[in-house]
Amino acid sequence: MTAVSASPLNVCLALVAAWVGIGVAGLLRPLNVAFAGRALFLLGALCALALALVAAFSLPAAPEVAVLPIGLPDLPFHVRLDGLSRLFLFLLGASACGVSVFAAGYFRSGRGAAPGLLCLQYHLFLASMALVLLANDAYAFMVAWETMALSSYFLVTTQHRIAEIRAAGFLYLLIAHVGAIAILLSFGVLQGGSWHFTFDAMRAAHLSPPWAATAFLLALFGFGAKAGLVPLHVWLPEAHPAAPSPVSALMSGVMLKTAIYGMLRITFDLLAHPVWWWGLPLLGIGLFTAVFGVVFAAAQTDMKRLLAYSSIENIGILFTGIGLTIVFAGTGMGALATLSLISVLYHALNHAFMKSLLFLGTGAVLHATGERNLGRLGGLIHRMPWVAWLTLIGALAIAGLPPLNGFVSEWLLLQAFLFAHEVPKPFINMLLPMGAALLVLAAALAGYVMVKFFGVIFLGQPREPKLRAATDAGLLERLGLLWLAAGCVLLGLLPAQIVPLLNIVTRQFALGGDLPAGSSWWRLAPVPERHNGYAPLVFLLTLVVVVLLTVAAVRWLYHRRVRRAAAWDGGFARLDARMQDTAEGFGQPIRHIFTPFFNLQRELPTPFDRAPRYRVVITDRIWAAVYPPIARLVQRAADVSARLQQGRIATYLLYSFLTLVVLLALVI
Amino acid sequence: MSELDWLTQILEVLAALAAAPMFLGWVTKVRAWLQNRSAPSLWQPYRTLRKLLMKDAVIAENASPLFRLAPYVVFGTMVTAAALIPSMGTRLPISTAADAIALVGLFATARVFLSLAAMDVGTAFGTLGARREMMVGFLTEPALLIVIFLASMISASTALPTIAEHLATQSLGLYPSLAFTGIAFTMVVLAENARLPIDNPATHLELTMIHEAMVLEYSARHLALMEWAAALKLLNYACIGFALFLPWGIATGTDPLSLLAAMPILAVKLTVAGVALALIETLSAKLRVLRAPEFLAAAFLFAVLGLLVHLLLGA
Repeated sequence: MTAVSASPLNVCLALVAAWVGIGVAGLLRPLNVAFAGRALFLLGALCALALALVAAFSLPAAPEVAVLPIGLPDLPFHVRLDGLSRLFLFLLGASACGVSVFAAGYFRSGRGAAPGLLCLQYHLFLASMALVLLANDAYAFMVAWETMALSSYFLVTTQHRIAEIRAAGFLYLLIAHVGAIAILLSFGVLQGGSWHFTFDAMRAAHLSPPWAATAFLLALFGFGAKAGLVPLHVWLPEAHPAAPSPVSALMSGVMLKTAIYGMLRITFDLLAHPVWWWGLPLLGIGLFTAVFGVVFAAAQTDMKRLLAYSSIENIGILFTGIGLTIVFAGTGMGALATLSLISVLYHALNHAFMKSLLFLGTGAVLHATGERNLGRLGGLIHRMPWVAWLTLIGALAIAGLPPLNGFVSEWLLLQAFLFAHEVPKPFINMLLPMGAALLVLAAALAGYVMVKFFGVIFLGQPREPKLRAATDAGLLERLGLLWLAAGCVLLGLLPAQIVPLLNIVTRQFALGGDLPAGSSWWRLAPVPERHNGYAPLVFLLTLVVVVLLTVAAVRWLYHRRVRRAAAWDGGFARLDARMQDTAEGFGQPIRHIFTPFFNLQRELPTPFDRAPRYRVVITDRIWAAVYPPIARLVQRAADVSARLQQGRIATYLLYSFLTLVVLLALVI
Repeated sequence: MSELDWLTQILEVLAALAAAPMFLGWVTKVRAWLQNRSAPSLWQPYRTLRKLLMKDAVIAENASPLFRLAPYVVFGTMVTAAALIPSMGTRLPISTAADAIALVGLFATARVFLSLAAMDVGTAFGTLGARREMMVGFLTEPALLIVIFLASMISASTALPTIAEHLATQSLGLYPSLAFTGIAFTMVVLAENARLPIDNPATHLELTMIHEAMVLEYSARHLALMEWAAALKLLNYACIGFALFLPWGIATGTDPLSLLAAMPILAVKLTVAGVALALIETLSAKLRVLRAPEFLAAAFLFAVLGLLVHLLLGA
């Protein structure tokens, strides 16, 4: 073996190994919170930071490949570090750094699995995600993919004594494996008869159009199951609330992005030349997923379920962007394909930061109050100002408000959509602008959801007396939140610096065009001939100057007297916390407008009830329409096959004998 | 960037700040005339602002810092928006910082802060107003986007100054598509600015109000800023409308004289727009809150119709 150099790829692999080592070290003293729950997690955060830095600084470098001497004798692991992996490794490292620091202050002893075991599962989860991003053959990819699914399954079922959590974990595992089978089949098609399963062989294989489409659709199904595309989204709102908050943050912020990574890898790298119509199912499913997710988010009453549905929305936006990229790339509009792919990468990065931040915020609230139900929260901005203000940044960012980061990627995607009417396909070009309208609807609804999320948890009056005893998050938790919030702000303010970096990543694909140069250091102008720019720094500066001038003017010209009094409320004197909107109440317009989406069961009290009760149960129509029929079908097939099993040894001997006879007949 | 451009920029912002209450007063006055009432003076909004600024601010005991911050943020966003929208001249230095889509984002920021502040004290009215406001918000945005889309298709830009310049300088062509999106835009303006038939600015009836319910807990300088911001928002939307549909008379060059001429032209446009708004409000009845989706779906359909007309006829 040659001497090991400190190339970025080797450093990345060393960091992955370090994560595994940290995880195993947790087993040394599994019950010691200070060691396994705190020190090791901080060490893991350090590795994550190093990984992010290595990935970021090696971004412009050429791809690196290596063959690892592990795996089966004939099937060593191939690894490759190129632009796309570097970007997603940065995403993984940068958000995992914040999450790990938070987790160091979060995991406490007493409930659920031992800290040492959590430490092992958590770091294996991180390492397997990194390996998914590094893998350069189908075998390594699938091993890492399955390790990722299993380690996250154990993390989801940390509180395995609760029956619902076990059920949620099972559902997650089931859909993860159905998806994995589809991915495996997709790789099977991609090797194109060469029977070599390295990605290099797949890049070289020439598939006929029907087989290429088959591989693409299988990948869409497989990665869609992991990402949570409708109708494969059902595990998300079950698994995310069940997991501890740092794990939810990683699953939503990073693990869903590995599915996006896989989709991009197969579509633009292994298949290389996507056909334009492949984009249409992606656009359709993506837009439907986006609107569906956000509408359901608005109707939720559990804060983590709400965020899980919001993740489904963002996955929808990402897949919409990929679909648009394929349409542009397939019709020879290379510059626009680049633009929309950049918006996808940007949004993936943004979502990793903002969703991790929000999940960690809910974790802090959960720790302080023990409540996940929005109907029992409220007024926490007074008790937990750090968590409240940092979560506000995440909420505003995910609502797509300038000058934060969520807006930038949505703006870029809309700029790409603006040209969709020039796609040289009749009728399609008229439908595509409607897609932009749906996208804006989803983004505006995300604003609604976030006002509900933040307003009900942190604003208003506390809905329960125990909330008055809530205390703010500890130092490590604050640091973790602060890291992610800073990421949201920086990604929002510096798009003109970040977009050229993403453009390096998109150049490795044959999209047939490049982003025109037109941006300056302070102003993003992706399509210069259109004179449309976005300069968040100027935006923020103007806003701050105006606000400061106004404050100064008001104080200088008038006075700053403030009197505190009871709330006015239209003169009503006996205000109490029950008069505010509940989470159900806030979602009422949504339920009214989007009735066809919901399966609604409602019990209304009559005026004569002694103990009036109001109950609304909202369930997913898609669940009822898709899953029980499939479950019944499987059950029936199992019943039929069960007839073969008589439990008598003579019958089984007969089966063996018949099999032998048939085989003999075939051979002879 | 010449000094004149910066002068135009500052002049526009100051003019918007000064004229916004007057525009609101003008609409109120015309409404009173049309309804056979004796009309308040045009200066009434200024007097109200002055009165509010002089008073002691009374804040609910459980209000958080967010409640006190929100009026400044809302006011700041509206002033920033005024700086971005070309009302008199198109050569605005700051307006390169944002195109029409970013402008919509800016309005959304103001809306979210207003709604969060409304939820802060935790009264029934506040949360009711917040949820209705956010509902109207997500219903208007798709229609507004299609309107912007069409304008950007016609003038190959999403930057408002470029759109206004393009439409103002070319030989007088009539776009039937713009007529449809014009209707859509008007409906969006009514909904966004809490006017009839979506909201009634003249009432505090809890069954119907949206904007008033949200600012119910505010008093004195905070209320003054909120009201001023609302007036600015109406003026901003009017100016966006002029830039998209009636850009004639806007100063596109570096000629100081054309800038001087643009000011009275803008005043005339605003006067006429005020009369039109008052007329619409007098002729229409308040819709039930849950009928708002139908109204705004109609706006969206008009916008889509405009888009299809443009794509099919190329006009």
